Amino acid sequence: MFRTELAVVGAGPAGLSAALAASECGVDTLIVDNGSTPGGQLVKQTHKFFGSKAEHAGTRGIHIARLLAGELQRSPQVEYWSESTALGYYEDQVLLVEREGRAHAVHCDALVVATGAAERHMVFPGNDLPGVYGAGAVQTLMNVHGVKPGERVLIVGAGNIGLIVSYQLLQAGVRVAAVVEASRYIGGYAVHASKLRRLSVPILTSHTVKEAHGHEQVERATVWQIDETFTGVPGTEIEFEVDVICLAVGLSPVTDLLCQIGCKMKYVPELGGYVPIRNENMQTTRSEVFVAGDASGVEEGSSAMLTGRLAGYAAAAYLGKCPDFQNKRAECQRALDALRAGPSGQKVRAGLSVVVSMEAGTC
Amino acid sequence: MRIERHPILTFTKGAKVQFYFEGEPLEGYEGEPIAAALHAAGIRCLRHSPVRNRPRGFFCAIGNCSSCLMVVDGVPNVRVCVEKLRAGMDVRRQKGKGDLNVSD
Repeated sequence: MFRTELAVVGAGPAGLSAALAASECGVDTLIVDNGSTPGGQLVKQTHKFFGSKAEHAGTRGIHIARLLAGELQRSPQVEYWSESTALGYYEDQVLLVEREGRAHAVHCDALVVATGAAERHMVFPGNDLPGVYGAGAVQTLMNVHGVKPGERVLIVGAGNIGLIVSYQLLQAGVRVAAVVEASRYIGGYAVHASKLRRLSVPILTSHTVKEAHGHEQVERATVWQIDETFTGVPGTEIEFEVDVICLAVGLSPVTDLLCQIGCKMKYVPELGGYVPIRNENMQTTRSEVFVAGDASGVEEGSSAMLTGRLAGYAAAAYLGKCPDFQNKRAECQRALDALRAGPSGQKVRAGLSVVVSMEAGTC
Repeated sequence: MRIERHPILTFTKGAKVQFYFEGEPLEGYEGEPIAAALHAAGIRCLRHSPVRNRPRGFFCAIGNCSSCLMVVDGVPNVRVCVEKLRAGMDVRRQKGKGDLNVSD
């Protein structure tokens, strides 16, 4: 059996940050990730991040992935298993991992679950046609593999992801027919929306997809206006000749592993779905299990790095290896509070207020 | 449908290789996901669904959603959005749940 002090599931911004923080405290760490390169979804983020310098503000996601991967390589205490899938975690603190077609048992004294989030789908006739793609899939195809997702795209959702992906499509030489948004307001930052408007991409608020048409793949989309009860208004239909409908309608935390472990979960719409109850140190109701990043509630890359670092330090403290934990914790928390401040952080703050609980363990 | 020029990104690719889609030869780059090679060749319909025989493509492109299952070298239920392309692969659209080829 492979033994490690700390096992981290997921090598995205949260998992990498957790592993680096723990190793900084002298904790032997194993990261298990199903991707082939470290960085998780950072590897397709060509835009520059916001936030503060400590979270690499002003740096493109792809470069942050390389920075974190470089730090990982320089940390002799961190072992990294790529293309490895965590299958389950059991009472005797054994994490079962599939790697190269074999099951490996990993015994760990503490575990950080940083499994990220998955894209949401949306209900409309024809939503299963080839060409209805998640925004992340569009980014993966064009920004990682260099393949255009189509010739002309309809974007659904005017949050930051929808707006950023629209701009990235234009950069890749793909036309964007329009961005439709069910809400009356553009959810993403004005700076992203303005970029699109300068390039004459219409952003239609109070509009959604009525139907996708096509034989073997998307050939056309019908969009219509919706009223204040989100009901379609007959007679307002607009037809778009598009071969891709790109859904940027939010993410849900990937929490299968946490559920299997038996961590107490709670449905919190503001955080994207079921998330584990935890204390302010990211410790779940199972005392040796910590959570980080989008798996703890959907936010963004910068906050994932911070909750990751916090979980890494907290796991180290749990293992008795982080004497300066209170200061490190306060530093992470200050940065998180700054990211979550203001009107754009209101939803996350509301979600956290019901899920961060002393019901979870105390390290 | 490959991106030729990009203001930020450069794409490093493996060797150009031939593979087969429904028996027809196609070209792609070694090591890229099979789905990327197919998409670059204009192929988006990857399988037909078990109950209503509906065409399906990929959705998540990172191996989570199982929308892209194809038969690769005779093995069904391969997630082609993450399975890496190799020279000579035999890639076929999956019909329904796919048949397991059990020899013993």
